[in-house]
This record gives sequence, structure tokens and C-alpha cells, in this order.
Amino acid sequence: MNTPAPAVEARQLIKTYPGDVTALSGMDVTVEPGTVFGLLGPNGAGKSTTVKILTTLARPDSGTATVAGHDVLRHPDRVRRAIGVVAQKSGADPVATGRENLQLQGRLYGLRGAALRRRVDELLARFHLADAAGRQVKGYSGGMQRRLDVALGLVHRPEVLFLDEPTTGLDPEARTAMWDEITRLAGDEGLTILLTTHYLEEADRLAERIAIVDRGRVVVEGTPDALKGELRGDAVHMELREAVGDSGRTSLKDSLSALPGVHEVLFDGRRISVRAEDGAAAVPALLGALERVGVGVAAATVARPSLDDVYLRYAGRRYADAEAAADSAESTESTENLALAGGA
Amino acid sequence: MSTNALTQTWFMTQRQLMAVLRQPAYVVLMLIQPAVWLFLFGNLFKKVVELGGFGTTTYLDYLVPGIVVMSALSSNMWAGMGTLEEIERGTLNRFLTTPVSRGALMNANVVQQGLTTAVQSVVIILLGKLGGADYPGGAAGLVVLVVAASLLGTVFGALSNALGMLVRERESIIGINTFLLLPLTFLSSAFMAPSQMPGWMRHIADFNPLDWAMVAGRSAMTANPDWSDVLTRGGGLLALAVAAVWLSTRTFRAYQRSV
Repeated sequence: MNTPAPAVEARQLIKTYPGDVTALSGMDVTVEPGTVFGLLGPNGAGKSTTVKILTTLARPDSGTATVAGHDVLRHPDRVRRAIGVVAQKSGADPVATGRENLQLQGRLYGLRGAALRRRVDELLARFHLADAAGRQVKGYSGGMQRRLDVALGLVHRPEVLFLDEPTTGLDPEARTAMWDEITRLAGDEGLTILLTTHYLEEADRLAERIAIVDRGRVVVEGTPDALKGELRGDAVHMELREAVGDSGRTSLKDSLSALPGVHEVLFDGRRISVRAEDGAAAVPALLGALERVGVGVAAATVARPSLDDVYLRYAGRRYADAEAAADSAESTESTENLALAGGA
Repeated sequence: MSTNALTQTWFMTQRQLMAVLRQPAYVVLMLIQPAVWLFLFGNLFKKVVELGGFGTTTYLDYLVPGIVVMSALSSNMWAGMGTLEEIERGTLNRFLTTPVSRGALMNANVVQQGLTTAVQSVVIILLGKLGGADYPGGAAGLVVLVVAASLLGTVFGALSNALGMLVRERESIIGINTFLLLPLTFLSSAFMAPSQMPGWMRHIADFNPLDWAMVAGRSAMTANPDWSDVLTRGGGLLALAVAAVWLSTRTFRAYQRSV
């Protein structure tokens, strides 16, 4: 098979910020041209840092990266001409109108005169901003601002579009509308999209491939179907009255795993998480098995598999803990609450 | 600098000028405050001119260059707030991911501040004229004053931008500005003739760039200008402006590394 050169290729990116904050610890990303790729992970996992390096904003301590065939360190200018960037924060100028923002952006890429006017009109129409084109951006709704941000990133018809948390902070209606826009973009001839998100549902819906990122590296990568397929069944979480010692864990794990319909048993402090084909049916057997060895259970819940379960499985820690650790370590990234897309 | 960088500087300057004009409250305040100073100080200190050493017939004649320079300082020292806002909003990073010349981003600040200060200075000069001030040095003297004020504005605008990029805290900019504005103004010949100032104050004033701008402007505005005064003070301001812009460009590079 003849494989075309990747649109984005990052190898072993390492980045440490002052104060020994490790943002990336060996990040590898490969995105095939014309596809939508999702980087999924909690705040502080390294998604934004990866995007900053790939978009020439930040330099890695070590590692290499090419975007649209250009080395980000050696030819940042060529990379900048080939990419469109929609950052986490809206970079639109609030006192300028939507049209003025687009015109300036186009001029920076060398568009002039009639060609610029045409392109700006085209984008305003495409992103349903034609009526608001003459209004200052500070009066736009969150959804309108986000659509303008995407339009700004597309003004020069880039080869690779970066969407960093495109729907964070949007209300559900605006989020659905943005998803539709991105889906349409994905159909554009040859456009490659690298999307970061902390919503499983979003990655699932938009990306052809997903990489789950934790503590500055990719822990698992695959198509959404493949990742979800591995999480078939229900998750049963049991809160123990007291923690089980290491030796007890091994035997407990064995006896629980032996129960019918139980696939996987994970310990996390006083918590045991089990994946079972039918969660409700498995609970009595699980409780019985624990009672037999004298382990008291304080609470048991059954849930459809969630992003948290994917995380626990591949990152070895809970999503909420990863978020909390990230928030205390790095205050620069957004600390918006994570909507766990349970049952998505 | 390539023609491309020049056009881009113009695009970015236009954007900044437009941002200033779209905030009418800011524009009005920027013009009313000097008028208030002219009126208040002009009346309060009217009689000090009788002490002698001012080299002008009325106190208002003496005061106008002082207010022009003081206003150039007070409007430019807040430039860092705008830069800080652009960083926090993500606007600066958006531009940095485009092929725009890095120099154009910085130069636009300088050009915008220079133009704004020049307009503000001209308005104060006209207000002074309206109040009865006399400018015996004619157009040449007034041009020197406007250029000197713009250079001083560039110095403090660039320093404020550097501060904004370094500390990234509004409180620090507010604190430093509040601390500096009045001492810098009063440790200069803004309101009082040098010969009437205590000796130690006069010596400090000699090293105060505000004083350089006032001395350059006032010398050029007399009927028989002492051009050596104008050249030394003007040269000092120019050197300082170059140094401050260089420093803020360095800070900008440091910012880019910290992203």
C-alpha cells in the first residue's frame, strides 16, 4: 500500500516549564492527511502544549515535529502558512467587527483586494455571521465568537487546521451547532484536522482516530469504535470499608475475575472497579465473593462505561484525580469542570 | 525591514488606532484631563511667575509644555495594560501563529503610541492657545515639543509593555504607575522654574527624561531658541527611546519562549 506522508508527525516531544512542570514526556502523534484526529485528555495532560509546539508558538526541549511536511523548528514560517489555528481562547479582537477581524487575518496571509473581500464574504456566509458582520465582536454570543474563531483559522485555506478545545464553555445548543460545522469541515477537500477535547462524546463524534493523552504522552490510540469496543459492558464500582493490602488484592482479584461475566478488576485505593457484561446481574455475586473473604462494602454502583473508565484503564488513575493534580500543578490552563460523558 | 514588514506594521497599527477610537470615553478622558490640569495649575500657580526665572511672560506659557509632557507620560505608561489584555485574550498568540512579521507586532505598538501622543500634544497646545498662551518660537518650537513628547511617550510605552509581558499582573502596573507619575512630574521643571527649585531637586531633574522633554520643548519655543539644549535633550530622549524599544523587543522574545 502506498501511504502518503503524514500531515502531522511528532516524535518524542518533551517540554518542561519553569518550576519543573513537565508538560510533555515523550509525545508521539501521527495524523494522516485528510483525516480528523482527536487528542483526548484532562486539563494539564499536555494537549495544549502539543498544539502550541505544532503551531510554532512553543519550542520543545527535545523531539521533532513536522506539519504539512515542514519542520516546526527549522521552518516555522512555512508551517505558519500551512496551518490554521483555533486556540482555546478566542483571539478575536473584541472592539473590531467580525468582518474587520477576518479582513486583517486575510491581509496577514497576503490576501488583498477583491480576492480578500470574496473570501471574507464566503466565510461570513458559511459560518452564519453575515448579519453580524458589521457588529463589534464583543457583542457576539459565545457560539458566534467560536464560529468566527474557526473562520479566522480558515481564511487562507490551510492544509492543517488545529482546533484546541473548540466547544469548551459553549452551551449544549451551540456545541451541537459547532459539531455540525466541524463535521462539514472534515468533508472539505484534503483538510486535515487535529482536534483536542476533554469530552469523550466530542472525540467520538468528530474524530476518525483518537489518542488518549495522560501526563504528557499518549497512552492509547485507535478508532473510537475500537476504544469503545474494549469497554463493552457495564462498570461496577464498589467502595470498600477499608483498604485491602497488596497480598489480599491479588487473591481478591483472582476470585472476582473468576466470577461469570466479569472481565476486568481494577483497584484504586479503597475502590474496586469491575467491568461486567451485565452490571446489575454481577453485583450480588461480587458482593457475595467479597463477604466470603470478610471485606466490607460501603457502597456499590453500576454505570455505563465512561471516559473515566477509559482513563482508569489506560492511564492507571481516575480522570477526576488527573484533573485535580493538573489543576494544582498548572494554573494556566482552563479549569472548567469536566463533563464526564457517561453512557455516550 | 522588508516592504512586507512595513505593510504589516501599518495593518497592525491601524487595528490599534481603531481600538483607541472605538473607546470614546477613553479618548475624551485623554483630552479632558490635560485641560483640567491646565486650568487648575494655571490658576493655582498664576503668581509664581513673578518669582522670576521662568523665561515667559505668563505662567500659562510656561505651563503648556509641562502639561504636554506630563500627559505623554500618563497616557503611555498604561500601554502594558493593553498588551496584558491581548496576551490574556489570546490575541497575541493568534497573531504569532500567522506569518506576520514579529517586528510588525512590536513596531505597531510604538507607531500607535507615537501618533496618539502627538495628537494629544497638539490638542493641549491648541487648548493652551485658547486659554491665552503665547508661543513665540512659532511652528518649529511646537514641532520640537510634540516630537519630544512623543519620544518620551515611546520610552514609557515600551517600558510599560515590557512590564506587562514580564509580570503579567495588572496590580503591578497600577502600583508602579501610581508610584511614579507624580514624583517624576514634580522632580522636573513641569510647574516650577529650575532656578526656583531646591538645589537637590534641580540635580535630580537633570537626570529625569521628563525634564529633558520639557527643556527641549521650552528652549525651542522661545523667541531665540538655544538649539544646543534642544539637541542634547532630544538626543538623550532618542537614545532612551531606542533602548526602551530594544528592551521591550527582548522581553517580547522572552514572552514567546515562555508560551
